[in-house]
Amino acid sequence: MTNSKREFSVVGKPIPKLDAAQKAMGRAEYIQDIKMPGMLYGKILYSKFAHANIIKIDISKAQALPGVYAVLTGEDVPKKMKMGFYKDNPPIKKGKVCSFRDEVAAVAAKTPDIAKKALNLIEIEYEELEGIFDPEKAMEKDSPLVHEYHKSNVLKLPWSLHYGDVEKAREDAAFVVEGRFSTTWVTHCCMGTSGALALFDANDNLTIYSNTQIPSLAQKDFLEALKTMGLSNKRVRVIKPIIGGGFGSKLDTYAYEHIAILLAHKCRKPVKIVFDRQEEFTATSTRQPTIIDIQQGCDKDGKLLFRDIKMILDNGGHTSWGATTPSVMMMPITSLYRVENVRYDAKCVYTNNTYSQAMRGYGNPQATFAIESNIDMLAEKAGIDPIEFRRINRNHPGDITPQDFKITTCGLDLCLDAVEKQLRENNSREKGVGIGVASLIHVGGGARIYKSDGCGAILKMDDYAKVDIFTGGTDMGQGLDNITAQIVAEELGLLVEDINVVHTDTDVCPWDVGAHASRSTFVAGNAALGAARKVKKKILEYGSKILDAQPEDLVLRDRLIFVPNDPEKTMPLDKLLRKAHFSPGGTMLMADHFYDPANENMGKDFKGNMSMTYTFGVHGVKVKVDEETGKVEVLEYVAAHDVGQAINPLLLEGQVYGGVVMGLGYALSEEVVHKNGKNMNANFRDYKLFTAKDAVKILAPVIETPDKDGPFGAKGIGEPGCVPTAPAVANAIYDAIGVRIKDLPITPEKILAAIKQREQGTA
Amino acid sequence: MTTNISFLLNGDEITCDIQDHWTLLHLLREEMGLIGTKEGCGNGECGACTVIVDKLAVNSCLFLAIEADKKNIETIEGLASRDGSLHPLQQSFVENGGIQCGFCSPGMIMSSKALLDENPDADREEIKHALAGNICRCTGYIPIFESVEAAQKRVAENKGGQND
Repeated sequence: MTNSKREFSVVGKPIPKLDAAQKAMGRAEYIQDIKMPGMLYGKILYSKFAHANIIKIDISKAQALPGVYAVLTGEDVPKKMKMGFYKDNPPIKKGKVCSFRDEVAAVAAKTPDIAKKALNLIEIEYEELEGIFDPEKAMEKDSPLVHEYHKSNVLKLPWSLHYGDVEKAREDAAFVVEGRFSTTWVTHCCMGTSGALALFDANDNLTIYSNTQIPSLAQKDFLEALKTMGLSNKRVRVIKPIIGGGFGSKLDTYAYEHIAILLAHKCRKPVKIVFDRQEEFTATSTRQPTIIDIQQGCDKDGKLLFRDIKMILDNGGHTSWGATTPSVMMMPITSLYRVENVRYDAKCVYTNNTYSQAMRGYGNPQATFAIESNIDMLAEKAGIDPIEFRRINRNHPGDITPQDFKITTCGLDLCLDAVEKQLRENNSREKGVGIGVASLIHVGGGARIYKSDGCGAILKMDDYAKVDIFTGGTDMGQGLDNITAQIVAEELGLLVEDINVVHTDTDVCPWDVGAHASRSTFVAGNAALGAARKVKKKILEYGSKILDAQPEDLVLRDRLIFVPNDPEKTMPLDKLLRKAHFSPGGTMLMADHFYDPANENMGKDFKGNMSMTYTFGVHGVKVKVDEETGKVEVLEYVAAHDVGQAINPLLLEGQVYGGVVMGLGYALSEEVVHKNGKNMNANFRDYKLFTAKDAVKILAPVIETPDKDGPFGAKGIGEPGCVPTAPAVANAIYDAIGVRIKDLPITPEKILAAIKQREQGTA
Repeated sequence: MTTNISFLLNGDEITCDIQDHWTLLHLLREEMGLIGTKEGCGNGECGACTVIVDKLAVNSCLFLAIEADKKNIETIEGLASRDGSLHPLQQSFVENGGIQCGFCSPGMIMSSKALLDENPDADREEIKHALAGNICRCTGYIPIFESVEAAQKRVAENKGGQND
């Protein structure tokens, strides 16, 4: 690919989602919809206490209930079956529970009603222990321990870096500001709840239907789980039904999947576990709550000199992959704007709260909230317009950041221009109205978190020039099927309807690390493109013989192969393929491609070019704050992103709109309320996400800076939409009424309290 | 308790025995295999299970099946023509990005249909109001509003065509 813009016939077009019609007709099958002959329903019993010893479990009454096929407790779980980043979390606990969401038993029964009844018949005697719910208190010496064998509630994780010399930069700085920010639990609220259906064949090979975002890694986890059950050398087939939303919630394997496997094996029948909505709120993982102390300083001209951050993360009762979010927070901390001197120290602390995991942005929203709120404070102290301050410090193409990220393309300046133009066009200053902006950097060209960041694709063409492409990539509603089909259609001169994308089954789809890190368009897109290129090469070679032309003179477009301006030399592509197939020594056109980007794992000092390219964006918002009620009204929202090249502007807009509204919920209303570890609002009435009534007008300017490594120049855009939303809103509120809210969500109560404090302060 | 009920379902007359405690959602999904109506919460808070009962959009998870007796029930399965062509609302949701993961879509479309059947010229505020009980986590709602408005336009144009 070159950096110059080129004309496309399929790429760049707003082609509707390929599966939209079947979804609109109610014919799409989600995990909720799948039934099998003889299938049983699994159900999980959770702890009654946040922190307790399990003294005794009596399952006899549950077992005796007609229709119950199996009851499991921690005793039935193989000793080595463990989940999470530390591999220390069994799917059913025994001995001790560390949070209300700890699984203590499970049943399989003929109907969901019987399963529920059976749970009620399980009798457990607990000895309640003192719980610890505040991570700062949990760090104190005499705090109760969540896991005695760790000897401390502070996890031994290496999240600490120091580049340059922060102390010296602080001395040199003309202006320094500091602040303590905090973010709380929020949750994905996928409309389709989590679920899995497990079954074994006669040879103890496992098939599991799960709405996972990581089919290949899940396959590995389940293979390991089988081994702990004494089932070595077995096969695991992971099938993804249509996924009712992911947003990071399905980026790990969970207890319900392992329990479905254990129940299915014990009962020798298919067992399905699907969460109800309350469970989805209480037993899935949230975004990490953080306490962030930040200090930044600049010189008299506004040049950012240093950034110094200390962070405490509430790890909850168990260690999931969520404990690695600080490694992603390092990205905005070291690389959002040019800043040479950076220090970051994060502590993950066990508490008896729920534990967190991946959620859209993977740490970036929390870090960016603190950084970008604090940048506005610094700009004000330096007497510089906040947009101008960002322009002074913006990243540039060709930059290498302190973490060794290589900035290839960067449209941050153009994003700032687009947002400023929109927000300031008719900036009449009404009372209580203010504007705020915030920027973002995110991985846009894969993210090398695991040893491989790859994705495989297998492509075959039939006698009618129709394509089946088997990809490792996962469509969870975001539209990767379209991206894959559009890329393949573009390369092979076909129409989107000629491309069938198969992404559902590990038996036929190659390996992929998963739908995370906004990587699918870039990585799965490049895998598809690589396979298409190989097939194209074969088509051109064969076509050159048949049409008596040089391969390089041949063009594939509109289902034809032809030499431009030579009407003699043209043939429908399907005819050429049949010729290739049905000639002596015939051939079918197939190719495979494994694309693993040349990005780098982070080294011990956390340096390394994690992504092939980075996505930038700027969000701007105009709000009106009612000082009587504390209510914030979003009047206007503009979210500009540098996406490289839009493969499908319709889906791109969908990612941005959806991300922004999720981000607005994060900013203004969403909070999983916990009281002594117990979820107090496990329903949509009390968990305040944005509804249609709250929807706001959003403009989403697309800045295109085609990236040399992206498929047709594209970068990833799955997560950025919700990354800088909260600080943009916080900055706008400050601009409107002069109060700085540092704790999410920014509720009317917090605004009123801050106004009161301000008035008392000035009185 | 078992009760025999009769109702109109997507234009077809249905007579069946039901358990009195069944919800309409249970009857449709579990007993009749009509999986288009989704269960998102089971508490009437998300709208994924919206169906139309005698022209009113209702949460079928809160509506007892026994109450369906002698009623006219419309579900997402009844919207497309028998020849397979999509209803204008379905077509507009497809074309305008109103559908991502799709789990809320059947309920969203049924709420929209109830609105437009009653008020074909509903404006943006009325659309927002009608969809306030249908939660979507993917789209940010804007493409959904645009889908409903596109359907209004589509229907108006078709009518215009017929009058010519």
